[in-house]
Amino acid sequence: MALLEVDGLDAFYGRIRALEGVSLRVAQGEIVALIGANGAGKTTTLRAISGLMRAAKGHIVFDGHDIGRLGPAEIVRRGIGHSPEGRRVFARMTVRENLELGAFTRTSGAEFAEDFERVLAIFPRLRERLTQKSGTLSGGEQQMLAMARALMSRPRLLMLDEPSLGLSPILVQTIFRVIREINERGTTVLLIEQNARQALGIATRGYVLEVGKIAFEDTAANLMASEAVRAAYLGGGAA
Amino acid sequence: MDVFFQQIVNGLSLGGIYALIALGYTMVYGIIELINFAHGDVYTLGTFFSLAILTGLGVSGEMHGLPLVGVVLVTLIAAMLLCGLTGVLIERLAYRRLRNAPRLAPLITAIGMSFILENVMQLWHGPSPISFPEVIPNPAWALGGVEVSAKQIAVIGLAIVMMAALQLFIYKTKMGKAMRATAQDRDAAQLMGIDINTTIAVTFLIGSALAGAAGFVSGVYYGTTWFFNGFEAGLKAFTAAVLGGIGNVAGAMLGGFLIGLIEAIATQYIPGGAQWTNVVVFSVLVLVLIFRPSGLLGESLPEKV
Repeated sequence: MALLEVDGLDAFYGRIRALEGVSLRVAQGEIVALIGANGAGKTTTLRAISGLMRAAKGHIVFDGHDIGRLGPAEIVRRGIGHSPEGRRVFARMTVRENLELGAFTRTSGAEFAEDFERVLAIFPRLRERLTQKSGTLSGGEQQMLAMARALMSRPRLLMLDEPSLGLSPILVQTIFRVIREINERGTTVLLIEQNARQALGIATRGYVLEVGKIAFEDTAANLMASEAVRAAYLGGGAA
Repeated sequence: MDVFFQQIVNGLSLGGIYALIALGYTMVYGIIELINFAHGDVYTLGTFFSLAILTGLGVSGEMHGLPLVGVVLVTLIAAMLLCGLTGVLIERLAYRRLRNAPRLAPLITAIGMSFILENVMQLWHGPSPISFPEVIPNPAWALGGVEVSAKQIAVIGLAIVMMAALQLFIYKTKMGKAMRATAQDRDAAQLMGIDINTTIAVTFLIGSALAGAAGFVSGVYYGTTWFFNGFEAGLKAFTAAVLGGIGNVAGAMLGGFLIGLIEAIATQYIPGGAQWTNVVVFSVLVLVLIFRPSGLLGESLPEKV
């Protein structure tokens, strides 16, 4: 059984349908990319999984348990970390406080210290910024903080919403390298990206979302090779 | 000059009460962006609860030494608890289900809640002012030509202790950090595993408990209360919160003391005195809002709770 199974998800904003029968699964240890145009429903899918919005229909099963009716706080406790669109760091709090909040569900001080060192080893830049208000960080540093913060809950599944958005090409490389590293250390990843080529480059499998529906699903390699996906999302034929 | 310093002491006492009330306005605004119009009435309820507890304890006049300390602590803590629970109940019954409604809906509900509390209190003690027993004896110490009474020391001291405790809570405890996080970004806070219902309830608990403390202090200080007490005090405390920068905890404290001082000074030095006090207080507010729309500390220390 997959770690995460989403089945037939419908979601609405008011009367506007955002998701229509979205089904996807993420197996333990995978990096799964969810790609698609703006407004296709990628962020909505993640928000439904983490409980920030309630799906009108469908099931979300994590680790064998239906989490579709649970609140976001409980879903974090069950092991899903979510680094949201736009980073959403607590700008008026220090980097350290942000990381402490990331560990909000955890109670052991020793484990906190261990996780703290672990994420700072992944994001050494943050160590120099610990006492700084996170609103004063650069965009790339804020993205690192958002990811580090999500990792502080020691999630089994880490969901990343557009981690490379607005970053310089060098930083984009860093972020993707880190995602791979996080995955190699044992965290399953569900990744939303505009940057489809990069995302499929590190993913095991991928889904393409078009106006609220899954249009394609396949291994990352097959999606990269697919004519239709290349034309729409990978900037034409030149792969 | 003595008169001036005397008014400073009076203003600080008054300001301590405003500051305690203002904290509740600013904390609730910070976390759910609601101007809780019922908050002034929770403060009045604090005076009523305090009186009921003092009566229940059989206190009818001045107390001294250990019994005085005991009575003050018991009454204060009980009034804070009762007001705190009232605040939690108001949030649970009236505001929570409107959390995602258009902003006007909870605002109108808050005004309705205010009417309900006022009417309940009117039923409880009638429409006329009721008096408090003189619990704290009234020796006053002369510092130069300035007279400082035991009550004033108690009021100012208590306000400062409460504020220090609140600061510690907000910055040093896990729940305090959860409150600040929720105030800054509710969705992101939920993604940290913070239960925002609990966090918002705790915010109401603390804000209303501080209003309860203000109620106790004001009852003992002025020796009187009535059901409509919270209207003007609430308005001034709200003004204090806006003056300091609504949503900003340090700003509410500063604003409270400033309003108290302005009121005391204006009463003394403006010809015609007391009648013009409110005009001066609200004129200062208008001026501050013209030149610093976000309040005195609104930008320099933007820490919402």
